[in-house]
Amino acid sequence: MGERVSDGRTAVDRRSERELVVTRIFNGPVRLVYDAWTKADLFQLWWAPKSSGVPMLACEMDVRTGGGYRVVFGKDADNSMAFYGKYLEVVPFSRLVWTNEEGDEGQITTVTFEAKGDQTLLVLQELYPSKEALDEAFIGMEDVMPEQFRQLDDVLDGLSARV
Amino acid sequence: MVQCYSAQLDASFAALSDATRRGVLEQLGRSDASISELADRFHMTLTGMKKHVGVLEQAGLVTTEKVGRVRTCKLGARGLEEEAAWIEGRRQIWNTRFDALDHVVEALKRKEAIDGRTSE
Repeated sequence: MGERVSDGRTAVDRRSERELVVTRIFNGPVRLVYDAWTKADLFQLWWAPKSSGVPMLACEMDVRTGGGYRVVFGKDADNSMAFYGKYLEVVPFSRLVWTNEEGDEGQITTVTFEAKGDQTLLVLQELYPSKEALDEAFIGMEDVMPEQFRQLDDVLDGLSARV
Repeated sequence: MVQCYSAQLDASFAALSDATRRGVLEQLGRSDASISELADRFHMTLTGMKKHVGVLEQAGLVTTEKVGRVRTCKLGARGLEEEAAWIEGRRQIWNTRFDALDHVVEALKRKEAIDGRTSE
């Protein structure tokens, strides 16, 4: 527990059995980074990178406390996966908190935006209801992020070879 | 190719999806143990524990070696680095996503600069 992995840009910490924290600095002011998280037309451009090979079919965001969101990925309507939930807290240009309600044990995601000169420090925290839910949070992302999963497997293979 | 990767991942996830098997990995992280010792510790039959160890072995998380009549289990390379690899996997997912977000922020900055110039 408490393990941290970083490449100098994106750092990931497992703070506790139920909590994962991702940190990254973006080279732009908070208002632009915040826009990219809260305007559907911008959000669609990066949340599912092109390299994932699975396009985002729909993206609706009602970014206000109590508002809902719904994001659909897939090759077509018959092979799609929807992610949805609601915003528990919206503090413009500062803090977003939302639920993830597509599964039984969805996490609460908190994103904070902090100005560092012309840059933005972004901290994303995922709090899962149980250790098991966090351990298994990978499952299901396999279809969304096949490329990253191949990379993960390369990592596993690399580690096996090293030991 | 993709199927081959998927099969390996499926095996890993299936292996880790069971509380007993995760317990066995934690136990083996502390010290090697025979199948009968593991069965005792987890209050299971020998046959039941053999099945669990078989699943972990299949996924590369555990290796076993039979010396005389005793089969000793120890962590495989994957088991040793399991937590580190798990986090690295998460980091890569977010890193790819955030690299794409970088491009969006750069584009917004360029657009602002152009809009700023034209409105002057």
